[in-house]
Amino acid sequence: MRAVDAIMECLKAEGVEVVFGLPGGANLPTYDAFVDGGIRHVLVRHEAGGGHAAEGYAKATGKVGVAFATSGPGATNVVTPIVDAMMDSVPTVFITGQVRTDLIGTDGFQETDTLGITMPVVKHSFQIRSPLEIPRAIHEAFHIARTGRPGPVVVDIPVDLSRAEIAYGPVSDLHLPGYQPTTDGNTKQIRQAAKAMASAKRPVIYAGGGVVNANASQELTDFATSDRFPVTCTLMGLGAFPAPHPQWLGMLGMHGTRTANYAMDEADLICCIGARFDDRITGKLSEFAPHAKFIHIDIDPAEISKTIPAHIPIVGDCKNVLTKLITEYRALELVDQSRTDEWWQKIRAWQDKHPLRYEDSADGEIKPQYMVQALYEATGGDAIVTSDVGQHQMWAAQHYHFSRPRRWINSGGLGTMGFGLPAALGAQVGCPDETVVCIAGDGSIQMNIQELATCAEDKIPVKVFIMNNGYLGMVRQWQELFWEKRYSHVDMGSYPDFVKLAEAYGATGMRLTDKATLVDDMKAALATEGPVVVDVRVTREENTYPMIAPGQAAREMVG
Amino acid sequence: MAIMGEPGTKELLSLDELQATANAHSGRKHVLSILVENKAGVLTRIAGLFARRGFNIDTLTVGPTEDEQYSRITLTFDGAMHSVDQVTKQLHKLINVLKIRDLEPAETVARELALFKVAVEGAQRAEVMQISEIFRGKVVDVTRRSIIVEITGTTDKIEAFERMVRPFGLIEMMRTGEIAISRGRGET
Repeated sequence: MRAVDAIMECLKAEGVEVVFGLPGGANLPTYDAFVDGGIRHVLVRHEAGGGHAAEGYAKATGKVGVAFATSGPGATNVVTPIVDAMMDSVPTVFITGQVRTDLIGTDGFQETDTLGITMPVVKHSFQIRSPLEIPRAIHEAFHIARTGRPGPVVVDIPVDLSRAEIAYGPVSDLHLPGYQPTTDGNTKQIRQAAKAMASAKRPVIYAGGGVVNANASQELTDFATSDRFPVTCTLMGLGAFPAPHPQWLGMLGMHGTRTANYAMDEADLICCIGARFDDRITGKLSEFAPHAKFIHIDIDPAEISKTIPAHIPIVGDCKNVLTKLITEYRALELVDQSRTDEWWQKIRAWQDKHPLRYEDSADGEIKPQYMVQALYEATGGDAIVTSDVGQHQMWAAQHYHFSRPRRWINSGGLGTMGFGLPAALGAQVGCPDETVVCIAGDGSIQMNIQELATCAEDKIPVKVFIMNNGYLGMVRQWQELFWEKRYSHVDMGSYPDFVKLAEAYGATGMRLTDKATLVDDMKAALATEGPVVVDVRVTREENTYPMIAPGQAAREMVG
Repeated sequence: MAIMGEPGTKELLSLDELQATANAHSGRKHVLSILVENKAGVLTRIAGLFARRGFNIDTLTVGPTEDEQYSRITLTFDGAMHSVDQVTKQLHKLINVLKIRDLEPAETVARELALFKVAVEGAQRAEVMQISEIFRGKVVDVTRRSIIVEITGTTDKIEAFERMVRPFGLIEMMRTGEIAISRGRGET
């Protein structure tokens, strides 16, 4: 059969239901195979949209997201989603077309060194040199993408090789001698961790996206409730622990709650599970959690002791490790649960004194924080929520309480504006029966707004709520706070008209300006068939608080 | 000294006794022997990783091994600048890397090849040749005004030879970087 038909067979064997992509010269043969291939293809309007859609699909379903792009500009357009997937450990496979082999290296039309460009930002990549390599490379790509610490894998296929006839048989034996992720976790270390937790007077569990990736939310909750361990999650981990909950401290980090950050600051033992002490978490590294010892559980050994030296390092899959940790913890005999009484008094005092708060408007003006609360109410707190990057993302993280994993989909590590809409599209394709909502900024939404056409054509009913303040809000906030309010190129003005734009794209457009009817209006938008864009006009100059200013320590939070 | 609450015992831990598994800098030169799949692009991945993570390579050599499926990379870097732990962990994340050994100097045979082109005239030639002999070097080219000496040995030996001949007028020096193999019957 043709190599391209073998690609379809490989995808089916890997359980792929859908591919997001856009055809071009160098992947024409592959697109021909889609005609009878038996795999759904969603035609995006820009390859970056396809890449982010694959990410959104992967994050919502836990399956591998797949994106196709042609050579040259097609491939360079997926670089941003590839980096995004690398930073946030999203299992994705990118299959790019390449110019024919005799043109490689000659600066041929639409030629680019895709492997070279993506090499620093992939988990792995394959340059196909013979059509016979194609099936194995694709299976190995899926295996690498979904196992260990998940990530993006690129398979670059020259167009002439994709047209070749090959004998295709299912590939069952992978040959990856250098790839053996440690998944189990050292038993002695786990026992040691259980004992340390039982000894700690001021413990905190700090959980991240690794818990979501490992589908270990139930185990996290079981472990936390085996005692009264306070829990905080990173931006990527939200939903891994069911908020609201008596042991829930809220998100930590730059725009986390004061309680979560103060608890980290005063903890004597921090149990980090599937997180990586990112600079947005630690603030000033030398003053981060000065009294704490660290247990660090992660599938990626390179994350352990990378920035914060671990006292009890445990390399393994969060689900495996937590399962064992729960057993070990519950088997301990000398645990005195009252040892954390004082700690909890302190935490409750912080919670009482420093809840997340904002000054609501006296009139009908919609405060951005209220907009998120209204959306939480309108969706019954049960939507899949994607976001772009900026103030709206932080407000969404703070005020929409995620009680389940894979309900909060955003770009954390890379901070990619334009992520939200295509990610919502992908999530909706993966979860057709769920309500999928994108909370966007008026700046971010314009970076991939072309995907509204995809939603309209393919009847993908995402609901986009634009938090419109007419600014690149987070940059404006930093200019206000740290650059003496010298606003430089942050005012987005009043265009485009998002309602008209939505209509032009075949979606429904609405504009909301009144706080009094906001929840009901949002409910009406959610009940509208097909894709909807809701332009919500919010307070123009509102700051995201609380905040750990850059280079400061957690205890110096402001706002 | 056994710390309180070891895994095998019932008693709990004292947090104060926990030691961090530091990501500390060793302060010495490290020789990593890295077994990799013999595939296109592997060296680029390794070099790229060093560049991206800000690790400085001092020397790097690549060559075939007894098994044509694999290549061996010997790489040296300064442990005062980077944590060997972080370097090896990051290298291990590369799919084509099979095995990494941080070779202990005492248990390793390390060799480097160097070629020295020295400006010599008249009596100086004999002097340089004499020094070469002491270092068990080989004269591989002679002209009226120059001499090329080949030296094999440890980095220290080569550096010592360099110090000796530099005053004569060192026109050029080329070094391969170290290759290293572990002593004894076991595999590197």
